[in-house]
Formats: sequence, structure tokens, C-alpha cells
Amino acid sequence: MSVEIRMPALSPTMEEGTLAKWLKKEGDTVTSGDVIAEIETDKATMEVEAVDEGILAKILVPEGSSGVKVNAVIALMAEEGEEISDVSVSTDAAAAEPAPEPESSAPAESSGVGHNWAGARPSLEIPNDPEIPEGATFTSTTVRDALRDAMAEEMRRDKDVFVMGEEVAQYQGAYKVTRELLQEFGDKRVVDTPITEHGFAGLGVGAAFAGLKPVVEFMTFNFAMQAIDQIINSAAKTLYMSGGQMGCPIVFRGPNGAASRVGAQHSQDYSAWYGHVPGLKVIAPYDAADAKALLKAAIRDPNPVVFLEHELLYGESFDVPDLDDYVLPIGKAKVRRIGSDVTLVAHSRMVGFALEAANALAEQGIDAEVIDLRTIRPLDTETVLESVRKTNRIVCCEEGWGRFGVGSEIASVVVEEAFDFLDAPPARVHQKDVPLPYAANLEKLSLAGVEDIIEAAKKVCYVD
Amino acid sequence: MANKDELLRYYRDMLMIRRFEEKSGQLYGMGLIAGFCHLYIGQEAVVVGVQSELKEGDQIVTGYRDHGHMLAAGMEANGVMAELTGREGGYSRGKGGSMHMFSREKNFYGGHGIVGAQVPIGTGLAFANRYRGNDNVSVAYFGDGAANQGQVYEAFNMASLWKLPVLYVIENNQYAMGTAVERASAETELHKRGISFEIPGKEVDGMDVLKVKAEAKAAIEKIRAGEGPYILEMKTYRYRGHSMSDPAKYRKREEVDDIRSHRDPIEGLKGKLLKDGISTEDELKAIDKEIRAIVNKSAEFAQSSPEPDPSELWTDVLREG
Ligand SMILES: Cc1ncc(C[n+]2csc(CCOP(=O)(O)OP(=O)(O)O)c2C)c(N)n1
Ligand SMILES: [Mg+2]
Repeated sequence: MSVEIRMPALSPTMEEGTLAKWLKKEGDTVTSGDVIAEIETDKATMEVEAVDEGILAKILVPEGSSGVKVNAVIALMAEEGEEISDVSVSTDAAAAEPAPEPESSAPAESSGVGHNWAGARPSLEIPNDPEIPEGATFTSTTVRDALRDAMAEEMRRDKDVFVMGEEVAQYQGAYKVTRELLQEFGDKRVVDTPITEHGFAGLGVGAAFAGLKPVVEFMTFNFAMQAIDQIINSAAKTLYMSGGQMGCPIVFRGPNGAASRVGAQHSQDYSAWYGHVPGLKVIAPYDAADAKALLKAAIRDPNPVVFLEHELLYGESFDVPDLDDYVLPIGKAKVRRIGSDVTLVAHSRMVGFALEAANALAEQGIDAEVIDLRTIRPLDTETVLESVRKTNRIVCCEEGWGRFGVGSEIASVVVEEAFDFLDAPPARVHQKDVPLPYAANLEKLSLAGVEDIIEAAKKVCYVD
Repeated sequence: MANKDELLRYYRDMLMIRRFEEKSGQLYGMGLIAGFCHLYIGQEAVVVGVQSELKEGDQIVTGYRDHGHMLAAGMEANGVMAELTGREGGYSRGKGGSMHMFSREKNFYGGHGIVGAQVPIGTGLAFANRYRGNDNVSVAYFGDGAANQGQVYEAFNMASLWKLPVLYVIENNQYAMGTAVERASAETELHKRGISFEIPGKEVDGMDVLKVKAEAKAAIEKIRAGEGPYILEMKTYRYRGHSMSDPAKYRKREEVDDIRSHRDPIEGLKGKLLKDGISTEDELKAIDKEIRAIVNKSAEFAQSSPEPDPSELWTDVLREG
């Protein structure tokens, strides 16, 4: 019997890749562990090792093919004693069907989290930031590269800025956000640390007290819990405790929130945690332009800034203005869609879901306004209140847990300051009140997505 | 010296881990396993050698590279594989995944995703043994990278201060993700990391199951006798990338191939079994076949076991109390 070799998934988020190179040719003997091919993903080039032993009988996907879907059959192997010529392409193999799966799940297909982009992204005109001059041109850039560019620009501009964290230099970043910084700035300014978050966060705070401007990368914010004492007790409070003497110009950044099927300890949204703390600024951008302009602002800010990125946005592309020095003010929300019936407030990845929900709602006759908070602390309550005074209804959306969350805070501000304008109680959309489960179906149930936002919006509009 | 049955058991246990991990890698490639998945291939001798010196009631705890530890602790391949696919038949009923499995029955305390966290936890297991006055020991496995976490040293200090019965096994596979030991550690001889806490330590060839066993035996005897904690630094190697998504560009292919062809723990023991006339090619082939059958069955189970019931989302957050 021949054995099918399928296009492997090589990362939690990979759906397709390029078959860069075959390292074995038809007729070659293969033992388990041999490298048979090289595959490129958006993040890296990976080697594919053989699992079974036998003879490489037929290559079905030639090298150089791009967009090869995970699970497509890429080659056939003959087992010991089998004639190569007997190996034929079954219709099943040629059709490159995904592996059989139980009814309710599609782990290979889904991104695993919330909702997928249903084809095209929302097509609405998004009003420009006033900072972008008329006639500016734009370049489509991934969030990953926008963040990288922001760091590079600030490092060129200010010699006191340096980047520190696990795998940021030689490995080029666990998620490739610090790609090529080592090459440009050298190992004095791009520093690989041991796995010792509490230590290097505290070291960063000390360096900031001494006047340097560290950008401390946490491989993910889950690991910043090791360091949270230094972030809160040292970075956030010392200016106050020192009667204004000891400033702490530091940025703590990295991916925050759920990735894809990585389980409870690796999937937390810390927006509300840090948003709670006076002495910190907290930023959580959605698109690449904001990511770039706000990270630059964070690095220049004389205060400790917690900068929450999202792994599942790193590979998404957005237009970034071609400006030499594009910086946005911290603490200003952005109206991403103008509407009159209900206000949807969101930040980070939830903004995309809110925009998608707004499009779907429009088809049902509900005109939603979408506000991207961009900054969690200080919170731009004015933009939110202005919107609610117009729409009279609000849905607060966040990825994390609801209790004591960002949405709770916004709802209470709205109730305190615009009570008379409300035609319905504020609604909250958020993750279920449990640790994030691993199983595909449970993870999906756990995280809020477009449908939940639509449902909540209809509820506050009293439409069923 | 181990007898034939014992030697064949180590061979079988190591091969079981190897085949199980190869299958996990394959299922990951098919999208049936998702998220992070860290394979133990290359390091099998460590856990099999140490486990052979544990007795009923001894506990173990490790990080996220944990499938091998679970199998060595006697957990069923079916339940482990089904957890990897996130199904009801998994040890955590699909709610934990690759990095988070547990078995009270087998005294396996996880399965932890935060680098270094298992070290104080393992020390706490030892504290409980001391508290109850039994003569059990606990084993905390952690990596060369984890050895730089602060909480490791806080635990060392307490363990030594209170003479807790814990064995610290540092699995020095020479890399923490892409960082070679000498790029992260001022003292690269990690068995010396206990010196300032007065914890004795020893370096061990972690690619040789019999050497691992011998050193584990000596250390555990001391620990059980009430002498306090001990550190064994196992010099070992992982053949695969850090996790499935690591292109492993920080080391040369030849480095991996060299270790694989000269120091492989399974091939090493196999060579000895054949050379000393303890076993035959046929006997070992039969073992391999048997193991492949178990592993294939676990893969089938892991695909046919249903996803957890949606109601599981809300269970196990708190105990009724
Ligand atoms: C506190 C914390 N920081 C970072 C990570 C990300 N991370 C996971 S494994 C790993 C490398 C650990 O290496 P090592 O301790 O040598 O164990 P090995 O993977 O080699 O078995 C890193 C940095 C994490 N899980 N937890
Ligand atoms: Mg290691």
C-alpha cells in the first residue's frame, strides 16, 4: 500500500504554504527523520521530515508551488517491497481532501478563534486621522512590519532606545516582530535575554530610571505575569512615590490575547489588568498604521507604556501612510465607521469583528457606529460619550473576560455621564467566564465573535 | 546491573515515546493537533532512566515538553493522544491540550506552560511528602532555559533549608528555543547551580539510559534517606525544532545528524542488547511492531473520540464546596 505525504501544518496559524524545494527525488529511499522537502510559511522556512520509511514514488506538487493548502497530498511513498510503478494516484489523493474529521469540528480549516474573515474585509471608507495630510500615499503593510518599522525609526532617532527580550536578536523575534533590528543596530541595542522575565523587566526599569528608553518585548504577555510586580510596583508607581523625581520611560510590548488553540495558560487578554493601574499608559491597536504610529508615541512617552499587540493580527495587512514620522497621540479613540443607531466600542482584534458586525447589521437596517479605542488608559471617554449621545445605545466588545473588564468600565462611564441619553442598558460582549479550553469546539464557544456582537446590537436596538 | 527484562523494558519505553512523538508530529501536520506541540524525540533516555528508579507514590512534574513523561509515568497512549487532538477521551477531556495533562492516579502533576513554574510546584509536592511523613520523593523536570528563572532559585533555597525530598532533573538539551546555553547562562555547568544553596549536583550523560538510571538511583537513595534535594543535569538533545513551528535555523543540520547517528539513546541500547547477546534483531523488531500497533491505535482513538460536549465549557472552573 502506498503512503500519502501531505502538506503539513507547521504552526498554529498556518493554512497554506509554498513548497519551496524537494530534497529527495522520485525513486530515492527515505527513512524516518530524513528531510524530504522545505516549506515556506509567512514566518519561516521549515524542513519537512519523513515519518514513514520507503521509497519516494511520486511527487505530486512540484517545487516552487505556492498556496499549497495544509493537508493536500504532495507526494506518494511506496512501502518496503512495493513496486514504485504500482503506486497510483487515487482520486481521493488527487483531490487533496483534508483528513477525515468528526462532524462538528474543522481544526485544519479554522483559525480556531472566534470567527474567520468571511471573505472580503469590511469595505467601508474609514475616515482618516487628522494627522495624515491630504494627498498622502499609502503602502500596504503587515502589522508585524509596521511594529518593526516603528522600533527601527525610533532607534535611528534616539540612541537611548534599545530593545530587549527573549529571542529578539539572533532568532529575529519569536513572531519576527524584531526582524533585522540586530543587523541594523547591533547587539548592544538589540539584546537577547535569558528566560527570566521578572529579572529583565526589572533591569529595564532600572535602565529607564537611569534615563535609557528600553523597549522590553515579552514573547507573549502571558509570560509578563512573571514580571508584573516590576511593571506595577516599580515602573508604574515610582514617579509618584518619588514626588516626581524618578521617571520611567519604558515600553513593555508583545502579543496579548488568544492565539489559536494554545490553551489556558497561553491565551489571556490583559487589557483590563493593566488598564486598572494608575501610573501606566496602555495601548492596544488594531491596524498597522495605528500600531506603527502609537508604538512610536509609546517609545517617546516619558512614562511606562504597556503596548498590547495581537498575534492573530501580525500577518494582516493594512494601509500605512508613507510619512517620515507618523506619530499619533496616545489616548485618542478613532471612529472607524460612522453610524446613527448603536455604538460598538472595541479594541485590538475585536475592532475587525465589530466592523464586520456593522456591515451585517447594515444589511438588516441597523446603522452602527464603530469606535476603536486604541488606548485603554487613558480612556478616551469623550469620543465614546459623544457617540452615545447620538446613537443612544452601546455595545462594549472585548476579547477578555467580562467581569471587571474594559467593557464594564465603559458601561459605567456611560451610565454615569450619559444616563439620560440611553435608550437601552449598555451591553457587553466578551469571552465566557472560564479559562480558555483547548478543544476546537469549546474554544470557539468560549471566544466572542461577530455573531455575538450582532446579537448584542440587536438586543439594545430591541430588534429580533 | 539491570537484567534482560528490565533492559527490554527500557528499550520498549524509549521506543514507545519515540514512535508516539513521531505520530504526534504527523497528526500535527494533518491539522488534527493544533496550538503548541513540543516533541521529546532524542531525550527519551532521561525520563525512562529516572522513572525506573521511582516507586509507588513518587510524584513527577514537568513543563510543556511532556508527552514522554506521561507515557513513562504509565499513562495510556490513547488518553494522551486524544488530549492532543482535543477530544473527550483525552486526559483533560480535551480542555488542556499538549501542554496541560495530569493524572492523579499516576502521580503525574502536569504539564505546565510557564517556563520554570513546575520547579516550585515540584518542591511543594516534596513538602507534602515531608509533611505527611511518608518516604516518597518528587521529581521536577525542567530545561536549561528554565534554569534561569528566578523562582527556580527561590525553590532551591527552601528545598535545601527544609531538607525536602525532591530531585531536580535539568534536561539540558543545549537550547532554549533558539538560544544556546552559553548565550543565556553565565555558569553553563548547570549542575553547579545549587552550590550556593548547598544542593549537590551531578552531570549525567542523558543519552545513555543506563547511566541515567545509575545516577538517579544514587541520588534518590540519598534523598529518601532524608539528605535533602539533589540536582541531576542530564546532557541531552532534542532532534526536532522547539515546537512544530520552529525552523531551527540556530543550529546546523549536521549537528543534529551527528548526535542522532552517534549518541541516539535507542540505537545505543539496541547496540548493546545485540552485542552482548541479550536480545536478537527479531525480538527487537517484534517489539517495534507491537509499539507501532499501540501508537496507531491511539491515533485512531484520538480521531474517533468525539469532541467534548459543549456543556464541558462550564465544568471544572470551581469545585462544589
Ligand atoms: C515564563 C515563560 N517565558 C517564556 C516562555 C516561552 N517559551 C516556551 S519554552 C521556551 C524555551 C525553554 O527552554 P528550556 O527550558 O531549555 O526547555 P526545552 O524547550 O529545551 O525543553 C520559551 C522561551 C514561556 N512558556 N514561559
Ligand atoms: Mg532546553
